[in-house]
Amino acid sequence: MGWLEGRFEESVMTTTLEQAINWARESSMWPMTFGLACCAIEMMATGASRFDIDRFGAGAFRATPRQADLMIVAGTVNFKMAARVRRLYNQMPDPKFVIAMGACTCGGGPYYKYGYNVVKGVDLVVPVDVYVPGCPPRPEALLEGLMRIQDKVRAMKDLTRGQPLEVPIPSRTGFTLLPPELNDPDPQKAVEKQNAWAKRNKELGTPAKA
Amino acid sequence: MATATHPTQDQTVIEFDVRTDEMLVNMGPQHPSTHGVLRLVLRTDGEIISEVTPHLGYLHRCAEKIGENVTPIQYIPYTDRMDYLAGMNMNLAYSLAVEKLCGMKLPEKAQVIRVIIGEMNRIASHLVGMGAYGLDLGTFSPFLYAFREREMILDLFEEVCGARLTYSYITIGGAHDDLPDGWADRCQKFLDYLKPRIDEYHALLTTNHIFVKRTAGIGILSKELALSHGCSGPMLRGSLNRKAGDIAWDLRKLEPYCGYENYTFKAVIPPFDDNYYEVPYRAPRGAIIGDCWHRFYVRMLEVIESIKLVEQALAKYRPLREEGDRLRAEYERKKDGLSPAERKQEEEKLNTAFKTRLGHRIEPPRHLSPGEAYLETECPRGAMGFYVVGAPGKQPVPLRVRAKSSSFLNLSVTNAICSGCLIADVPAIVGSIDIVMGEIDR
Amino acid sequence: MTATDLVARLEEKFGAKIKSKNLQAIDPFVVVEAVDLLDVCRFLKENADLGFDLLHDISGVDYLEPDPKKAPKAGFDPHVEVVYHLQSFKHLHRLVVKVILPRWKDDTPGQLPEVPSLTPLYGSADWHEREVYDLVGVYFPGHPNLTRILLSEDWVGHPLRKDYEFPLEYHGIRGR
Repeated sequence: MGWLEGRFEESVMTTTLEQAINWARESSMWPMTFGLACCAIEMMATGASRFDIDRFGAGAFRATPRQADLMIVAGTVNFKMAARVRRLYNQMPDPKFVIAMGACTCGGGPYYKYGYNVVKGVDLVVPVDVYVPGCPPRPEALLEGLMRIQDKVRAMKDLTRGQPLEVPIPSRTGFTLLPPELNDPDPQKAVEKQNAWAKRNKELGTPAKA
Repeated sequence: MATATHPTQDQTVIEFDVRTDEMLVNMGPQHPSTHGVLRLVLRTDGEIISEVTPHLGYLHRCAEKIGENVTPIQYIPYTDRMDYLAGMNMNLAYSLAVEKLCGMKLPEKAQVIRVIIGEMNRIASHLVGMGAYGLDLGTFSPFLYAFREREMILDLFEEVCGARLTYSYITIGGAHDDLPDGWADRCQKFLDYLKPRIDEYHALLTTNHIFVKRTAGIGILSKELALSHGCSGPMLRGSLNRKAGDIAWDLRKLEPYCGYENYTFKAVIPPFDDNYYEVPYRAPRGAIIGDCWHRFYVRMLEVIESIKLVEQALAKYRPLREEGDRLRAEYERKKDGLSPAERKQEEEKLNTAFKTRLGHRIEPPRHLSPGEAYLETECPRGAMGFYVVGAPGKQPVPLRVRAKSSSFLNLSVTNAICSGCLIADVPAIVGSIDIVMGEIDR
Repeated sequence: MTATDLVARLEEKFGAKIKSKNLQAIDPFVVVEAVDLLDVCRFLKENADLGFDLLHDISGVDYLEPDPKKAPKAGFDPHVEVVYHLQSFKHLHRLVVKVILPRWKDDTPGQLPEVPSLTPLYGSADWHEREVYDLVGVYFPGHPNLTRILLSEDWVGHPLRKDYEFPLEYHGIRGR
């Protein structure tokens, strides 16, 4: 930790303030209990005694977002649930991190094709830092994801250079705004317009013949 | 001056009607003690609840729409994810429904494997239910103990099918693969290890003074209400009374599938104040039939019955497996010295033996038969029913797959059993229903 | 009682109201009109020999072949069925009651077909009927609180219908 290393006795440590703060942050990432579906059980198993997540400092699962700095979205996110996910994310204090655990949060998972009610990846709703694929991912995989978050924290330059204050826009999202020929304040009419458009353009969706 | 009237009758004394306003408390979809994303809106008068409205749908994953677009074998992983704590039982329920529709008859070894795996998963599911129930009420140790045992069961399952949670092992036609070599012995060793551990759980929870105070006499569900709302599983069995002549409503006994009629086990219903079952503990004072404590205790006793079932099934499996191996080894030895016609004949004999008795899987038909079939099986949470409609003509995909989930109906009685209790009793009651939201919302 | 006896008792009491029956199916069923459903189920529940006091499941099935080229060979006319699975706690026998409805009431698209609600008889009908209303689009007059249960309150459309188009977006989140 710098050129002062080893110049004093053993119980004296020299470091920079930034490294010390980052070390404190990464060694006590408190996750929020956000288990939605099957991945929640693997998250509970990660917290249980065999794959102890507490040895990484992340064992204190807080129920309230106000005291948590890591949100592990474990399980499929619905259209009904998406608003609540975003609201809970907004309620977390900075610096906050998000792990997208499981195939459903990475990109829709097995419900990608015929899930009318499933958000195809939670990064359409909250900005994600680490994706942990698997269905469900093994507890070791989740711990690997946690360690990647810890690497990200270790590389944070909070004090020396300015951190961007806004939350970065996630990679493949943005607010979907349909053009006026497909949109309508009355939801029934909007759906009819969209259905008619989809029917007309079904040929665009079929693959070309070889 | 003494008018000798009570203040309420004395017209000169004006009393205000001091009444607390009603409060709507939202136990939102994200809550540490609702099992998954369940939203309960509590209408309370102070601490006492007058109405509970459950709001569902936060995990609706369109499973029934998917069932109309994929073939039955492709649908097995989706049934896993419905009741994710008892994946094998869900696979079994769906496979049995499709097999009933197509009229398939399975070999004996496949049925024995299904019983072994299904009952092991029942033990695992009840362990999680018990541990999470303790977690809801505030104790953390039973959770860790339960997961310690469950990790061993998951190790065994991982040897069988490679997955820890979403197995897709039991498919249409039997089990996907045979059990590995030596698995039966490892399973037996685990069961011998588990039996004394159950006493630890009893000491931690069942007889724990605080646990009894929080669950005995709370959330009493009468038998009529349970039947009217279609409750099943431990929820219903905790409200039946053997002494009043109720039959134990366990589908493994009443409508046996997978050869359950050949096993000796008891379906557990209260009361527990005599030696009809070998219960380690009698019901404590204050516990009424139909309350949370009785539902919890029914689950604990079911674990013991499941252990017995697995042991019987393992005893049935070993000779079948040995015979299958022996026949196959004999065929391998003999086949080089035979003429092609004789070899074909021997192979036919071997295949027939495996298809009828010694195999772990038979091929399902390529097209689903037209017609409809509804089958209910006893899953850890209750009676899970699958209604499969086959389209006329040679269609590979069904016309409709409907999953009737037990937790859906079990949850619908929440309003009736929660009225009049305190806010702190709601996690105790909802925890004793032992719901899994994946099954409710599908 | 076997299925034949059960259906014989029903026909004895209701005669022509039992529109059709199939005793050879894997699960024997009877078909009734929507208006007679409540009477038939009340008789099934309250008669001591029949005693069907458990309503396990209400399913809505949309029989429609969405591809117009395959429709003539489909094997059925477009309709919606509501299927009730009943069982008796005392006698353990099972029966299936079906109601066959047109896909839209009076053939005007948008008007949901109607079946009287069974909530006065069975408590389990409550949430099952809400689910059938939500996903298949069958209206149950007489239900105390017929609102969407699995999908959001402002969802448009009934997804389990075969001609349902998946939404393009929902409140700003892209849907396909």
